[in-house]
Amino acid sequence: MGYRAFKELDWPMIIVTLILSALGILQVYSATNGTKWDGAWEKQILWVLSGLAIMWATAVIGYQSLMGKVLYFYGTVIGLLFATTLIGNRVFGSTRWIKIGGFTLQPSEFVKIVLILAIARYLIEFVRPATTLTWGDLAKLAVIVGFPMALVMKQPDLGTSLTYLPILISGVLMAGLRWKQILIISAVLVVTLPIGYHFLKPYQKDRLVSFKYPDRDPKGTGFQVIQSRIAVGNGGMWGRGAKESSQTHLGFLPVPHTDFIFSSFAEEHGFVGIVIALVLYFLLIMQVVQNAQTANDRAGLYVCMGVAALLLFHVLVNVGMVVGKMPITGIPLPLMSSGGSNTWSVFLMLGLVNGVRLRRFVN
Amino acid sequence: MSAPEIAYRDDPRDAAGKIAVFQYTTVLVFVFLVSGFWQLQVQDPERYSEAAERNRIKSTPLLAPRGKILDRDGRVIVDNRASYSLLLNREEVKWEHLPAIASALQLDYADLSVLLRRNTRPQIIIKDQLSRDEIAWIEAHQDQSAYPEMQLIKSWRRQFPQGGFAAHVTGYVGEVSESELNSPQFSEYRQGDIIGKDGLEKQYDKTLRGVDGQQRVQVDNLGHERQMETTQDAVAGQDLHTTLDLDLESVAELAMQGKRGAVVAMDPRNGEVLAMMSAPTFDPNKFTGRISRSDWNEIMNDPYKPLLNRAIQAEFAPGSTFKPIVALAGLETGVIDDETEFHCSGGASFYGSYHACWSWKKGGHGNISLHRAIRESCDVFFYNVANRLGIDRLAEYADIAGVGHKTGIDLPNERESTMPSTKWKLRLSRQKWYAGETISVGIGQGAVTVSPLELASAIGGIADRGKWFEPHLVAGTAPKLLRTGHFNPENIEKVIFGMYAVVNEPGGTGHNAALPGIKVCGKTGTAQLASNKFLKGTALGRSMKDNAWFLGYAPQEAPEIIVVALFENGEHGDRASWIVRDVLKAYFDKKERKAKGLELLTEMRERVAAFHLLATNLLEGEAQR
Repeated sequence: MGYRAFKELDWPMIIVTLILSALGILQVYSATNGTKWDGAWEKQILWVLSGLAIMWATAVIGYQSLMGKVLYFYGTVIGLLFATTLIGNRVFGSTRWIKIGGFTLQPSEFVKIVLILAIARYLIEFVRPATTLTWGDLAKLAVIVGFPMALVMKQPDLGTSLTYLPILISGVLMAGLRWKQILIISAVLVVTLPIGYHFLKPYQKDRLVSFKYPDRDPKGTGFQVIQSRIAVGNGGMWGRGAKESSQTHLGFLPVPHTDFIFSSFAEEHGFVGIVIALVLYFLLIMQVVQNAQTANDRAGLYVCMGVAALLLFHVLVNVGMVVGKMPITGIPLPLMSSGGSNTWSVFLMLGLVNGVRLRRFVN
Repeated sequence: MSAPEIAYRDDPRDAAGKIAVFQYTTVLVFVFLVSGFWQLQVQDPERYSEAAERNRIKSTPLLAPRGKILDRDGRVIVDNRASYSLLLNREEVKWEHLPAIASALQLDYADLSVLLRRNTRPQIIIKDQLSRDEIAWIEAHQDQSAYPEMQLIKSWRRQFPQGGFAAHVTGYVGEVSESELNSPQFSEYRQGDIIGKDGLEKQYDKTLRGVDGQQRVQVDNLGHERQMETTQDAVAGQDLHTTLDLDLESVAELAMQGKRGAVVAMDPRNGEVLAMMSAPTFDPNKFTGRISRSDWNEIMNDPYKPLLNRAIQAEFAPGSTFKPIVALAGLETGVIDDETEFHCSGGASFYGSYHACWSWKKGGHGNISLHRAIRESCDVFFYNVANRLGIDRLAEYADIAGVGHKTGIDLPNERESTMPSTKWKLRLSRQKWYAGETISVGIGQGAVTVSPLELASAIGGIADRGKWFEPHLVAGTAPKLLRTGHFNPENIEKVIFGMYAVVNEPGGTGHNAALPGIKVCGKTGTAQLASNKFLKGTALGRSMKDNAWFLGYAPQEAPEIIVVALFENGEHGDRASWIVRDVLKAYFDKKERKAKGLELLTEMRERVAAFHLLATNLLEGEAQR
């Protein structure tokens, strides 16, 4: 696995990844220049560079051998989640981070990778190829995903916990469901979701509703939605130009380098800029899907589709939030939002996809 | 399990269908997202760039003071007083803050929330004229941690003379109303603007109001000021130089204290209005900003309608003050000359009905000709003149004098005087004019009505030997000649001599108006109210005492001033003559002092000081200057 593997990597995907990472670093630089987050862009460069190394290593190690050790990984992340609850750093009323050495780590980000592997492994190991999923299979899969999900929800971090769902859904749908099962599950969801809504914390409910009616409380729950929309609209067709954005630089946009980096990007680069960026994300996801199509085995297919579904979900929810079409959930935009854990997590996933690609001819 | 399904699932490449579904979904998601940006950035970018601008810029309105209203000597009648107002920035308003703000400033919470809901401007003034305590409270609470929506700004409070002095001329100001905003002529006004509501304030609103400026500062999300942006200075409104003479105005107000009616003083040579007052009056200071409900109700429910400017809006029968016009018409048409005699036996019958003369003498005025008829105001004489003239010829001359028209004075809502004629009756009631109806018009009764200003203008034109100028209150406009009567000068002199006799000859009805050394001319009028439709059936109808009129002008040869006083329910014109005399005297006293180079106001100030309401205002105004 040396030079030949390097050549065989999915270079179109990596190039798109690098462009998006570069856009992200530039935007982090522009958005935080002269603010209390000054210097976040330098760290982000380190995260991306180390992320590339992690991607390479993951690709070389390969999804199959990682899948073989998935029980250990599962145990580790669950342990970390418990540890977070016990000794984590409380920020903005939520305990998501844990200090390890000099770094703060967000274990819930790494749960995604473990779940992708765990679901793929379950599907190839316990579901016979010639059958569709049974209710028992569905229940077991739900437990595998539901356990960490519940822990993350407890932190509380609704947004991140929800990102586990597309992994589960993609796996289940790819493995195969009967129409009857789909109907029953949909029916159950229709009934239980409103009940689930009642168990949400008040601020979470506010967020879910406020994106629809931000003007009800423009200084309170609607504030982020309104300010983000103003930032986006202020960008217009061509944007205000880097560092020229008033919403970003006068602090009206909340966290302009992480969750709302795309608002800041839209304010500075306008409609033209965001179309280019969205096209890049589209290409990235399509490239992941293409690797699913050429995967050598079903495990590769599940892994790639899990990654693709997760990326799509992230882009939909984050960018949708930025334009006020999705509730504010606080999940980052892959590759652009600054932050170590989520950057690494994306590169880990892309490493898995590259691993699938490297093994497509192996038989 | 059907066979094809098994085959489908065995080969990963056959997942192609599901993958395709995922791809289409992805396309939809991206189209959805791009459409979101399209809406915000391409369809409606101004809305958001404006919102960003509002975020970025904290703008403080710099309110422009309205122009002052000055009298003809440049003395201030209406001024502004600097004060502080509290502004709420709509975007920052938190509803839960309102009860606290309302109670600290003694505002009604319900009123405040209605105001905030109705007014759509980004910044709303919720209270003006803040007290020192209120200012201190606001300054202590306007920071980010308490009530950041509050902003203290400098503002101007319109300061009118106290006690309703000249209130009907100055008018009053108030917040522009919703119905005004909806009409096109107010298109440049915005919600919350202060606008002239009546009087000169309304008529000359565009002159008086300035242009508000704005101070703009760039701020961050915590409200910290980052840098100054361009500041647009306020442009003060222009001062209004009126033709009013505060001294004459004070005298008129003083003379009318406790009475109802109006006084108008005018220069017949050019139409300049020197004084105009209407009683009862109101305090315009109560209207500035927002008037309290109880004050409003009190004014609106007053049966004597204090808001009515009687000088231009009260239409009453002129009574005998109309006789000079009838006399002139008689002479000019030749139906009488100064030799023509009629017999007054205390009344006369026309067309089967008896018309009395007011005369106190038993047996009436006897045989009487023009000069005496004007002097002693013989009704029978003028019944006969009117009878000979017929209504239409009389109307022709009344028309030249302006009866039947508005004067066109620069005040809002002037009412039109009425002069009956055959055409007028036909148009009004589709009925024929009966010759018998002409008789009472000859003594200024019947359908003929005038306002004090219209009467001053009509007789002033005769006094000025047949020149009628448009009355006006604002100086600087060239006098506008409305009509010229091409009369025989001898005829005019005869009528004027008659009016001279009223004041100065034995037997005249207006002796009270005489001034030593000045040839004052005048005419009394006592007008019945019973024929007045305006009052019939109202609560006022019960007090049907006759209205007293007096008009006086001087000097006889070249009149400089004509004064008309209406004393409602004053019973006899005689009782209005004192008022006119006071104003005339003040005019000539002042003129004399000016000619001698004496200090103008010494005597006047003494008189004015007696009038305590006025004194407080004038003295206060002086202290400020």
